[in-house]
Parts: sequence; structure tokens; C-alpha cells
Amino acid sequence: MNKIIAVAGVVIKELYRRKDFYVLFVLTALLTVAAGAVNFFHDEKIVRYVKDICLLLIWVSALVIAIVTTARQIPAEREARTIFPLLAKPVSRAQVIAGKFLGCWLATGVALVVFYFFFAIITGSREQIWPVGMYLQAMWLQWAMLAIVIAMVLLGSIYFAAPSSTSTISFIVVVGILGIGSHLKTIALQQAEPMQFILTVIYFVMPHLEWFDLRDFVVYDQTLVSWMALALATGYAVVWTGFFLFLAWLGFSRKNLTT
Amino acid sequence: MSVILKTDKLRVEFTSREFRQATKTALVSLDLEVNAGEVFGFLGPNGAGKTTTMNVLLGFLPPTSGAAYLFGIDVRQPIARQRIGYLPEMTYYYKFLTADELLRFYAKIFGLSRADTDKRIPELLKLVELEHAARRPIKSYSKGMQQRVGLAQALINNPDLLVLDEPTSGLDPLGRMKVREIIERLKNEGKTVFFSSHELGEVETVCDRVAIIHQGELKAVGSVEDISAGHANLEQAFLKIVGVQSQPLP
Repeated sequence: MNKIIAVAGVVIKELYRRKDFYVLFVLTALLTVAAGAVNFFHDEKIVRYVKDICLLLIWVSALVIAIVTTARQIPAEREARTIFPLLAKPVSRAQVIAGKFLGCWLATGVALVVFYFFFAIITGSREQIWPVGMYLQAMWLQWAMLAIVIAMVLLGSIYFAAPSSTSTISFIVVVGILGIGSHLKTIALQQAEPMQFILTVIYFVMPHLEWFDLRDFVVYDQTLVSWMALALATGYAVVWTGFFLFLAWLGFSRKNLTT
Repeated sequence: MSVILKTDKLRVEFTSREFRQATKTALVSLDLEVNAGEVFGFLGPNGAGKTTTMNVLLGFLPPTSGAAYLFGIDVRQPIARQRIGYLPEMTYYYKFLTADELLRFYAKIFGLSRADTDKRIPELLKLVELEHAARRPIKSYSKGMQQRVGLAQALINNPDLLVLDEPTSGLDPLGRMKVREIIERLKNEGKTVFFSSHELGEVETVCDRVAIIHQGELKAVGSVEDISAGHANLEQAFLKIVGVQSQPLP
């Protein structure tokens, strides 16, 4: 485990030394200003609308950080050839994959904490409500969803040499799932065969990232999600993350890194 | 004398994606043994198979057939690399880290305790004369300094076997002298050094035994004296073994 943590530590150090986190803070500032303006409208619908936009911004920013950071990990190691002195040490490729995953996941976790902290402070100070439990649930599920995304991107980065290709493809897949994932079954029922069958199969075999989205619960001040549902969603994320990491390890362990 | 490094009928083939899946044989049934405590030079012209052999030994590349062992452990197992240090030809390190951070990172990978790490790092930085730059990012170092960081990281675990890939390539005379000094020192401490080099004069000075590889095949192995016997020096012997005659310039 120490080796995995050591690799993760280097990922995080690289991230903030490459100044990626400064982008994050600029985005957070924008978010804060947007949320701060909520009270000027004195209209509940607009307040909700702006909160919705802020949360969307959090989702997009977190996804960008997760995907872009993860997509370059393995290709950058190969390009700079830093992978060789590392693998010449008693560390397995599985540990490298796990360390890269952990580093990226922790980094996005830090980003999420900062985002939600600012969001909670600003909306709380304006509306005088502090739904901390709901924020924590929303943040946790988003972080769990990002674990699946990071593992998926890591898998993609084993096969696509260019980080830009991995980022673009991953972004399209994730946005596609988030956008139409929940409607896919309905869409499938409206199609003729064999498309109906194909779409139904896709619906059942894809990771349902949209199940982790609690934005509407936050915007409409709904009651907390049951802890059982939260635990099941977490378990679902663990299974998908494990599956993608396993495939990433399988691909990486067979990869000839010298070519 | 115990065998530290061994290859057993090692064969490596590369299948090219171009040229209709043509197969190129990089290593042909390589049998090599390096004993404990010796400085072993691994020589060959460009494309002979030296780097491929090193890649297999370090677990970067699986052999097509045959096997390689470090300390009797199959190189495909990460634990085989617990007692080795590796210095690559170029400076392939995380350049956003400082020398101190890089050494701490590798110390963690080797499972060194914090106390051992705190003791070991200043010793190594002193050895490679980088104490003054320990907290500066590696990207701000000169090439020679980066190579010395490489040497320090290769020694972080106090290895019993040091694998050096062209250790003096691109170094100035002072840097070369430093590398030679360190090899001599390790030899005196009873460590084993396995290194590839094109600098035959240097090999002649520091090596106990050498192996010459050409077109993936082992052509000669023995002490420097045995291989050089009947020739003016090791370079002449090397040229004869790989089938090249030195000719005067027109």
C-alpha cells in the first residue's frame, strides 16, 4: 500500500506544480461570484436556476480536471520515459495503475471539497440555510462517480497514446451517458429491431453515471437520500471502478513499453 | 562464487506491425552469468541487443522464450528488483521534483523506513556532490547534475547489484571520473556492477569480466585479459570479434 500511496503522492505533486490547481481556483472564484449574485434577483425560480448553473459548473469543472489529469498520466510517463526508472524498482504494474488512480481520485476529491465549500458558504450566507447533509451526500456521490470516470480514462490511456484522444473520447462517452443514460431504455422501446435490442443491451451494460447526480435534490432543497441507496450507489461505483482498473492493469501488464 | 544475474537461453523477437508482420530477432538464445562481487562490462555495437537484454533484466520487456533471473528470482517478479539499482542512459526523472523529493519517493518504493531514508539521503547527496541543490527542482539542474541525481537514486537502497546503461554517456571528464570512482568504491564494498558501455578504454580500466554481444548472439565472454590476448587492446579485440577491421583514414 505504501508504494501505491508514494505513486499517488507524485501525481498530486505534479498536478499542483503544473499549476492545474490555479485553473481550479479561478473556476471556483467564478462560481462564487455567480452564486453571490443569487440574492439580487429576489425570485425563487431564478435563485434555483443560478444554483443549478453553479452545480453544473462544479460537475463540468470536476469532470474536466478528472479526465484531463488522468488521461496524461501513463502517456506522459512513457513519453518522458520516467516509467523506466520507476519499473526498475520493486513495484508492480498493478501498483503503478492503482497509484495513478488514487492520485487522480484524491486530487479531484480535493477539488470537489473546495467547490462545495465555496458553494455552501455563499448560498448559506445568502439564503440562511445550511443543508450540510445534502451537500455531503451530493459531493460523495459525485466523487464516487468520478472514481468510475477516472478508472475508465486510465483504461483508455493505456490504449490511446495521445492524451488528447483519450480526453476527447472519454468526455464524449461520459457526457453521453450523463445526458441520455436514463432515457436510453425509453428511446430503445421506440426503435425497430435490431436497434431496440442493441440499445437495450447498451442500457444494461453501461455504467449509469447519471444515478450519482443529486443536483436536483440540492437545488429543490429535498430531503436526504436514504443511506441504503447511498451505500448501494457506492457499491455500484466500487464494482465499476474495480472492473475498469482490472482491465487497465490487464492492458498495462501486457504492454511493451520499450516501443 | 554465487551467481547474481543469469539469463537462460534468452530469446526476444519483435513482430513489426509494418512489413506484413515481419519478425525481427533481437536476442538469440543468450546465456549469461554474472557472479557476486564482479564488475561486468556488457559490450556490443549499436543494435547488438544490449538494451534489449537490459530491458528484459529490468522487467520492461517479457522474453519470447527462455528466462532471466536476478538473485535467483525470475525477473518478471517485482521482488527480483528489490536489491538492484538502475541508472538509465538518459536522465529520465520527474523533473518537477527536487532531488530530495525524488530520493524520498524511490526510498518509499523500496520500503525504506523514515529513519533510514533520513540518514541515507544526505549521504548520497554528499557522495554525488549535490547537497547545495537538494531542494531545487531537477529541471533547473545541468545535465551533469541530473546524471548525478540518477546515480544517487540508483544507490538509494544500497543495492547489491548495480545495473548501469551507458553510465558515462554524455558526461564531461569530471562526471566520468565520478562514475568511475563510484564503480571502484562499490567494487571495493563487494557489490556487483553490470554495465553496458561503448567506452572500451573505461571498460578495460574497471571491469573484471566482459561479454561481447553482436546481432543478438553472445560472441565472447571472459576476463579483459583473456579477451584482449593477442590484440593491442580491448578495442582491437572487440573490432575483430564483431567482424570489423579498423582502417587508416585515406
